[in-house]
Amino acid sequence: MERRNFIKISGAGALAMGAAAAGCVPKPKTVGTEEGPEQMIYRENPVNGDKVSLIGFGCMRWPMVEKDGKRVIDQEAVNEMVDYAIEHGINYFDTSPAYLMGQSELAAGNALSRHPRDKYFIATKLSNFGDQSTEASIKMYHDSFEQLRTDYFDYYLLHSIGRGGVAAFRQRYVDNGMIDFLLKEKEAGRIRNLGFSFHGKAEEFDALIALHDNGDIHWDFCQIEMNYVDWTHADGVRNANAEYLYAELEKRNIPIVIMEPLLGGRLANVPDAIAKQMKEREPDKSIASWAFRFCGTFPGVMCALSGMTNMDPLMDNIKTFGHFKPLTGEELEFLERMATQMMEYPLVNCTDCKYCMPCPWGIDIPGIFKHYNTSVTEGRYAQTQQQKEYRKLKNAYLVSYDRAIPTLRQADHCIGCGECLSHCPQSIPIPTELRRINHYIEALKQDTL
Amino acid sequence: MLKKIRVALAVVFWLGITLLFLDFTGALHGWLGWMAKVQFLPAVLALNVAVIIGLVLLTLLFGRVYCSVICPLGVFQDGVAHLNVARKRRKKDRKPYGYSPEMKWLRYGVWVLFVIALIAGVQALVALLAPYSAWGRIVQNLFQPVYLWVNNLFAALAERADSYAFYSKEVWLRSLPTFIVAAVTLVVVVVLAWKNGRTYCNTICPVGTTLSFFSRFAMFRPVIDKAKCKDCKMCEHNCKAACIDIADHKIDYSRCVDCFNCIDTCKFGALKYRYAWGKVHPKQSEVTADSSAAPQNDSGRRAFLTGAALAVGGATLKAQEKKMDGGFAAILDKEVPERDVPITPPGSESVRDFYRRCTACQLCVAECPNNVLRPSTDLKHLMQPEMSYERGYCRPECTRCSELCPAGAIRKITKEEKTQYHIGTARVNRTLCVAEEGVECGNCARHCPSGAIQMVEDEATGFKHPVVNEALCIGCGACENLCPSRPISAITVNGRHQHLNEE
Repeated sequence: MERRNFIKISGAGALAMGAAAAGCVPKPKTVGTEEGPEQMIYRENPVNGDKVSLIGFGCMRWPMVEKDGKRVIDQEAVNEMVDYAIEHGINYFDTSPAYLMGQSELAAGNALSRHPRDKYFIATKLSNFGDQSTEASIKMYHDSFEQLRTDYFDYYLLHSIGRGGVAAFRQRYVDNGMIDFLLKEKEAGRIRNLGFSFHGKAEEFDALIALHDNGDIHWDFCQIEMNYVDWTHADGVRNANAEYLYAELEKRNIPIVIMEPLLGGRLANVPDAIAKQMKEREPDKSIASWAFRFCGTFPGVMCALSGMTNMDPLMDNIKTFGHFKPLTGEELEFLERMATQMMEYPLVNCTDCKYCMPCPWGIDIPGIFKHYNTSVTEGRYAQTQQQKEYRKLKNAYLVSYDRAIPTLRQADHCIGCGECLSHCPQSIPIPTELRRINHYIEALKQDTL
Repeated sequence: MLKKIRVALAVVFWLGITLLFLDFTGALHGWLGWMAKVQFLPAVLALNVAVIIGLVLLTLLFGRVYCSVICPLGVFQDGVAHLNVARKRRKKDRKPYGYSPEMKWLRYGVWVLFVIALIAGVQALVALLAPYSAWGRIVQNLFQPVYLWVNNLFAALAERADSYAFYSKEVWLRSLPTFIVAAVTLVVVVVLAWKNGRTYCNTICPVGTTLSFFSRFAMFRPVIDKAKCKDCKMCEHNCKAACIDIADHKIDYSRCVDCFNCIDTCKFGALKYRYAWGKVHPKQSEVTADSSAAPQNDSGRRAFLTGAALAVGGATLKAQEKKMDGGFAAILDKEVPERDVPITPPGSESVRDFYRRCTACQLCVAECPNNVLRPSTDLKHLMQPEMSYERGYCRPECTRCSELCPAGAIRKITKEEKTQYHIGTARVNRTLCVAEEGVECGNCARHCPSGAIQMVEDEATGFKHPVVNEALCIGCGACENLCPSRPISAITVNGRHQHLNEE
């Protein structure tokens, strides 16, 4: 009983953060309970009544194996995970023609088609980043049906808009007639919900929402990046804070799907000092569970996507959402403090989405950032030569760097052409960050730190 | 007892030097570097008077113990010979060797040739004949790859265990001609040692011949006591130098390497290692043509070994290429650009000085952590190292080759002194530069440790391209290595004859 009250309280808290008007519109309703045996928690889409599991399966980080010299998805592992997920109540699967070098949809189709179609919702996207012509876009749309072995999409998204503002949106969806095409498809029932996924500045978001407000396009749902760091620390300049996006969507009663609840896994592996504080509060709960509980605490959230790579995070997530416990106001404040502390670490805000790849000069951009971030959070990071363990830390960093990244793909080979900049959903100044990391490496090698 | 001491010291020296060649981490050279520095030929080339006098005195005192203890190739041959002797013993053959007269014409002929080569600067011939260089070549080319593969296996295991105790190191064929020479040297030395013990040391090895001039007059040497000798010839049959002639009760001290096998074998106590200063050394027998000791060419086997060696080399290259991941843009391997003057390491005063002193022992090649040094394929400097920057560049903080070189070809320098050495100058080939296509690059300028490269605007195109201030450039190759143009870099380093500015 008490916990149910919490939901109301935190809901009210979120309202205060959002808009006062929120109280009078229907919210995605929480079905299920956090007591007794494990039971998946569902949120109801207020528009069409879909009962969506609060945790969704993101199909962007599936395991890859080497086969005939090529990197391919480990279908067997995917099948096992999908079966387990469905068995435990997960019913929302989010993929894209762009994920995993274009292999994600087919693997999702292979795994999902082994289950009755009404047991799950499929979300996929129009990822026309390259060829934006009408023909290529329509082909991409049709191919998705084939790959996913379905004749309708539950949720269909305009993939990653925001950056470049309305101009980019027009180029990708308006000028080539795709938005009209998709709206017709929606009428025909082949798209049940049409929405977009967003990365960008607040103004850019406002422009897209304006289309909704003035009746041009009705957004059935919206996918945003949200977690306790991005809530108020998304930078504000390059990318909008999640707090703002959430409030704007909730105000309009647009169901929200969350991406990057873990910042590409970075919120599952936080610096030791922060992990310690979390474990002091919840010794038996995983670090990642805090991030998921954060997302689930907000009533406007219909589904939080997790890009699960293997069974371990999947089982942990099912534990988190099977006995879901929203955060209290005090706990929300605690996470805000943790986020502030995290900002003090010199981390790169990379979520390992690999949209920047391939770098035309062969640099392993996400690999370099991931290695750097992991080293910083795990304390394998020398700060001065005076440090007691300097030699050891230096060796650990340099050896692990060479292990993680082949010499030819390391940061010193970045020529700064800037090709990657427009692709990064996080608006990371990639060449600048690579240079910063390379300076650090040079300082280590030359002992000038 | 003497033999035991000799064997123990020999094993220590041999392991030490071999490890010095195998080690790529730089961890051992502080401890073992001196073992390379007391080798005879490097000391001669380094004009290391103390070591030369020390070795000559050692030989005058105790005979050619250098050959039995300090020389790694000598000790290696003893090991090979021992295996065959042990095999023969199992077959009840207790007479593995016999006396053979000195092959003067071959021995001194080779020595004269060697000295001429040394003076004339035909270093390839010097390196081919010198025992220490031969051993270095064999270890670096044939044994170090195996050592690295084992290391890489450990590194893979360490990676799994999240340990940084081992790191993997790329294995690559640095020079095919040198690899083949090393393989042939190994085969020849093994065959000779297996069949006749110290044939190489007493007919070919110029260091052995040089020391033999002194060992004839050694103060301490094995002496036969005719009164006690029963002419059983056991000592003669166990002398791997074939220098004991029991018929005349004489020992050829110019060939005796003081292995003390004879003393251990004699059951009658007729052989003693003792003070014998000033005793007339035995007369040499007449030279007789004896072809049995000459190297025998087993051409079929050699062809097989060379073939196998080539196959191994090929496999190495292929394994490296397989690292490509489908998710990445392909990267072409860099090719060696044309250089008018070869690049030799900082610490060498000039190219000429470097190649005159270098014994081509490959110690610096085995040590170089940046994959810069490799044996030259140029006939003039065959097997002697040169630098190239396809796999890495000469990093500012590294002075490892200079700390090791026993021949003085690379002087010991500090990190700070390194910047004084102007080993080459970068030059730009604008037709290859990506900046000419309007790509904003400047990676060469960004990474130049001496600030010698600047980006200047071309008035016609408005694009920036690199220019080199040759006064600041030191030739480290950072620009060449990090240039995005492949397979040939748009900015390449040409060597300089003189490395130190006369100031």
